[in-house]
Amino acid sequence: FGAEFRRFSLERSKPGKFEEFYGLLQHVHKIPNVDVLVGYADIHGDLLPINNDDNYHKAVSTANPLLRIFIQKKEEADYSAFGTDTLIKKKNVLTNVLRPDNHRKKPHIVISMPQDFRPVSSIIDVDILPETHRRVRLYKYGTEKPLGFYIRDGSSVRVTPHGLEKVPGIFISRLVPGGLAQSTGLLAVNDEVLEVNGIEVSGKSLDQVTDMMIANSRNLIITVRPANQRNNVVRNSRTSGSSGQSTDNSLLSCSQQIEPSFEPEDEDSEEDDIIIEDNGVPQQIPKAAPDAESLESLTQIELSFESEQNGFIPSNEVSLAPTASGTNTEFEAHAADQKLLEEDGTIITL
Amino acid sequence: MCPQQPPSPQTVEHGFPNQPSALAFDPELRIMAIGTRSGAVKIYGAPGVEFTGLHRDAATVTLMHFLPGQGRLLTLLDDSSLHLWEITHHNGCAHLEEVLSFQPPSRPSFEGVSVPASLTRITVVLLVAADDMAALGTEGGSVFFLDVTTLTLLEGKTLSPDEVLRSVPDDYRCGKTLGPVESLQGHLMDPTKILIGYSRGLLVIWNHPARCVDHIFLGNQQLESLCWGRDGGTIISSHSDGSYAIWSVETDRSLTLQPTVATIPYGPFPCKAINKILWRNCESGGHFIIFSGGMPRASYGDRHCVSVLRAETLVTLDFTSRIIDFFTVHSTGLEDDFDNPRALAVLLEEELVVLDLKTPGWPALPAPYLAPLHSSAITCSAHVANVPAKLWARIVSAGEQQSPQPASSASSWPITGGRNLAQEPSQRGLLLTGHEDGTVRFWDASGVALRPLYKLSTAGLFQTDCEHMDSLGQAAEDDWPPFRKVGCFDPYSDDPRLGVQKVALCKYTAQMVVAGTAGQVLVLELSDMPVEQAVSVASVDLLQDREGFTWKGHERLSPRTGPLLWPAGFQPRVLVQCLPPAAVTAVTLHAEWSLVAFGTSHGFGLFDYRRKSPVLARCTLHPNDSLAMEGPLSRVKSLKKSLRQSFRRIRKSRVSGKKRAANANSKLQEANAQLAEQACPHDVEMTPVQRRIEPRSADDSLSGVVRCLYFADTFLRDAAHHGPTMWAGTNSGSVFAYALEVPASMAGSEKRPERAVEAVLGKEVQLMHRAPVVAIAVLDGRGRPLPEPYEASRDLAQAPDMQGGHAVLIASEEQFKVFTLPKVSAKTKFKLTAHEGCRVRKVALATFASVACEDYAETCLACLTNLGDVHVFSVPGLRPQVHYSCIRKEDISGIASCVFTRHGQGFYLISPSEFERFSLSARNITEPLCSLDIRWPRDATQTRVRESPKLSQANGTPSIILAPQSHDGSPDPAHSKSADTPELPEATLSPMSIDSATSADTTLDTTGDVTVEDVKDFLGSEESEKNLKNLAEDEPHACTILIK
Repeated sequence: FGAEFRRFSLERSKPGKFEEFYGLLQHVHKIPNVDVLVGYADIHGDLLPINNDDNYHKAVSTANPLLRIFIQKKEEADYSAFGTDTLIKKKNVLTNVLRPDNHRKKPHIVISMPQDFRPVSSIIDVDILPETHRRVRLYKYGTEKPLGFYIRDGSSVRVTPHGLEKVPGIFISRLVPGGLAQSTGLLAVNDEVLEVNGIEVSGKSLDQVTDMMIANSRNLIITVRPANQRNNVVRNSRTSGSSGQSTDNSLLSCSQQIEPSFEPEDEDSEEDDIIIEDNGVPQQIPKAAPDAESLESLTQIELSFESEQNGFIPSNEVSLAPTASGTNTEFEAHAADQKLLEEDGTIITL
Repeated sequence: MCPQQPPSPQTVEHGFPNQPSALAFDPELRIMAIGTRSGAVKIYGAPGVEFTGLHRDAATVTLMHFLPGQGRLLTLLDDSSLHLWEITHHNGCAHLEEVLSFQPPSRPSFEGVSVPASLTRITVVLLVAADDMAALGTEGGSVFFLDVTTLTLLEGKTLSPDEVLRSVPDDYRCGKTLGPVESLQGHLMDPTKILIGYSRGLLVIWNHPARCVDHIFLGNQQLESLCWGRDGGTIISSHSDGSYAIWSVETDRSLTLQPTVATIPYGPFPCKAINKILWRNCESGGHFIIFSGGMPRASYGDRHCVSVLRAETLVTLDFTSRIIDFFTVHSTGLEDDFDNPRALAVLLEEELVVLDLKTPGWPALPAPYLAPLHSSAITCSAHVANVPAKLWARIVSAGEQQSPQPASSASSWPITGGRNLAQEPSQRGLLLTGHEDGTVRFWDASGVALRPLYKLSTAGLFQTDCEHMDSLGQAAEDDWPPFRKVGCFDPYSDDPRLGVQKVALCKYTAQMVVAGTAGQVLVLELSDMPVEQAVSVASVDLLQDREGFTWKGHERLSPRTGPLLWPAGFQPRVLVQCLPPAAVTAVTLHAEWSLVAFGTSHGFGLFDYRRKSPVLARCTLHPNDSLAMEGPLSRVKSLKKSLRQSFRRIRKSRVSGKKRAANANSKLQEANAQLAEQACPHDVEMTPVQRRIEPRSADDSLSGVVRCLYFADTFLRDAAHHGPTMWAGTNSGSVFAYALEVPASMAGSEKRPERAVEAVLGKEVQLMHRAPVVAIAVLDGRGRPLPEPYEASRDLAQAPDMQGGHAVLIASEEQFKVFTLPKVSAKTKFKLTAHEGCRVRKVALATFASVACEDYAETCLACLTNLGDVHVFSVPGLRPQVHYSCIRKEDISGIASCVFTRHGQGFYLISPSEFERFSLSARNITEPLCSLDIRWPRDATQTRVRESPKLSQANGTPSIILAPQSHDGSPDPAHSKSADTPELPEATLSPMSIDSATSADTTLDTTGDVTVEDVKDFLGSEESEKNLKNLAEDEPHACTILIK
């Protein structure tokens, strides 16, 4: 493209859809068959992408009076140019899906190049968990950032055979600014902790749960019931692209509501102890034998990795907010047998 | 593992009951009962004869009385309830159980039946054995009568003070009440007569059947206690002003105005009350007067004294803790004319002291049980199993030289009731306790009665600042009263640096190592002869010239120089002092190689004590760790120390009586002010408790603390050659493995070798989860732990399998891992914390012998968690076998004090003075099994309201003393002990854990033959079947491993 400039006007009050705008750009630049990335400079001078209706509208509304748009060929695109905040870069797709308050300003899919990508957090097992729960995995390894959260004792209301009962529970009490937990946006103060790496915390003391979390801190998987239930993904919005495993999982999930379908052992590669032989060269301890783990759990993990990378497959198709690509947001509607009757502001699930 | 588990692992308590509050003695059965403030009743007879009972309410036992010869005991609690206990026999073994209880009716119901006085506060109890009747004296001055067999009040027999006052002359009466009943005494010969003493001083002999006053003694001094002489002709009364009076009962008169003798033994200055007095006559002429208290108020008012007076001989027994009660062992037969007291037993707050009254000089008798474990606070403990008979005899003889045993057999332990039915212990177990004052005590832990054997003091090696003060204090004491220090309870430690932190004993060479708070590591050797010799001193710098660290803790102890005389017993050979002088946190001894390894919060060292030269020192300190330099005696400890010193000064100054003024008081105020500062501000409580979730990082404080050290002969460098190795584990999950070059001539031969021992760092493992390493053990080719030094070479244990691949088990606070050797790769693991949320506190490899089969035994890993649970895991598969709730999780000191034995038993402190023994093994149980000969017509007592359901349920297992009682839910000691854990003691296999926690467990016994590829294939095929995997498939798998 080199440095080619086009200037054209748009009706500010009726910007239309991103697709139309994209078509218009292609038309204006006479590049109808080239995939491009569209970006704009916001009021702070940051380069932000335009790739869906929302940020397109935002971009248009911030035009003062000119909206400066940058177009790059997809193949050559320098993803890292987008944004200034590294936190934003590290967020994954689902963060944006589930936190509408911050997704408006942020790109929907592309944040950085896949090779630069390192998972920081993920939501897993969405298809087998009740909608009101969220299973969050925090990847502590390789980052200097602290996990950065605190837990406390509290009480929550459960539906039991004897009616509503107040039971003691463990809650997130504080998020440290700049910590991993806060930066993911997946955990919030007053979220109730239900499981730690697949083990229920009910009946365990605060100290026990603390010890469990610290013991698992290299690969922490917490199942929470978010205090703010409005951001829950709505079920039945199943999109295409489901793989065979999802049906497998759904079969399993009916019987394994409480039993976690993943095993904490699966991340053993991260847990390997360092051994220094007499020659003084540190090395990871090779494993004598791979851990016995279920096939199902293996695929589960693969899936979650895949899904993150799916987000970076260059594509012009930009999905709408609640239907992100990948398998993570696939849902099986299985309302039966839910042990906990959850109540929240907008949705009541049985 | 043995499938049948005792429901509750606790078996017996050793030591001295915490906070005793009452004492009773049955002269016919010769058994003694001690009641405590927690409502426990413990009965002791001959060594090994023990019963325990626990009241349902944790109320203080204030009074206890035996019904002589009947094996029945009446207890009064401070809630005024009376309880009747019986010793019953099931399957030939005696138990103590509560059969009846009686709660005095409240006041209104009594008024209804026109009883003017109330029974709300019982002050004294007298059992009239002949009538199965009890007389209850009350605060209101009335005496009530109770039928003991049914515990019902005999109404209409109550004696009110008004009735007594009618017989009293008017001028004595003068409108005043008699006050509470202070004493009730029965007449030995004539059971119809009861001697009643009122607080005001009036003594009355009451004829119960005739309901009339026989005799009145018009005492005017406030009464404390009474004793009625054997013949009934003499009464001795003690009073609140420190006086006692002797009254003679003249049969021709019914009114006595004056006592024959009235004296204040420690006068003329004001004295404290004489709380209890006994009068015992002797065949050889004269009589004993034994009383407690009565000391001059100003100069000795704070002493705890019992005075023994016979003719002109007065001895003031000076105890270190409060006197609860005392009794004499004397003949009680009706046909005897004399008491002839044999022994005096004094129950103190912290110990039991028995004096032999038949031997001139009244020496103290060593108690075969009820040892005051806490005579100085216990700081560490260790257990040595299977002690060779030779070493045992040498330790016993060393102990006998320390405290000469009574020569004549006549003056043996006087409390001899019951028969011990327990079999002779199959092996001798030695429990070592290290104490705050620098002593190590050796206990015979083979049986039910924990018997002191020998006491080793390390304080003599060092110069402590308090010594000269002590000698001054002693010299300042006067000759009168004739004090005699009795008992061994002395909680005051002069120098906290002397405290013993770690103890290790080699039972084959009788060498031991004692390591203390100021970094001192002492190597000692048992010698049968006293020796005068100098101890060689060496110091090892563990900081290794690291820059930027300044030790802010205590100084190291300065050893005495020159030759010192050491009595027979363990004599120090070498003293190694760590620099900086931080408390030793780990120590291990290998007598075969003459090596001792020790670690502190800064690093670890290796010392060759034969050549007396250091081999290795390694700093484990993290560069950012500042806390490690603070020293253990930071603020809290130094406060404790200053408090202790100020108390000591107060004691001293009271003794000297002169310069008690400003110094002690200001010190105390200072300490109080410090205490007030320590107290948390209130706003801390307002913020809710929250916990930070953060992985351990390398620069956490105290990460360099060395937690465990271990010697092993194994494969570290290559699979072809094995050799001596040393392993060290730290608080931050680091493991250092050194290959040692021990010169061949050293092993076994006595002469000093030419070559030095060398240590080369072989491996360094950093556990990723960085949890403190609690224990390290090497397993041989068969998966068994390596034997102790000398065990194999002396044919005492099966030689380790040196053919198959060895493995090292590393237990951290969070997980257990088995790594192959010499190539360190993870083989099996169990993540305890990740699964259970509990952390490992203590681990030990223990051998569990089968109940069914004599020869079969398995080695398992026993682990105590911070929640007080004991888990048992198979080795090396690391499969969870069983778990018990053992200690309350709030009982931090109990958990910290736990020590496991090699045979699946263990000890922990339930109070500062008591060890609870527990047994994880069904084969190896140490518990009281005993019987009593009770001459008591049992048929006559079928009027019992409630029959214990236990009789029908007693099963045939040998563990019936405490264990089965938990089955039927009856109020029994064992159950209520573990009452804090309401669920039944768990003995569950956790399917969840089995499923997910252990990994490559399938290669247990074939490890040596299976190559890595094989394992992978095996697991790979298993993996494909994973969808079918469930517990049902897994369990038979586990069984096959167990059977192999």
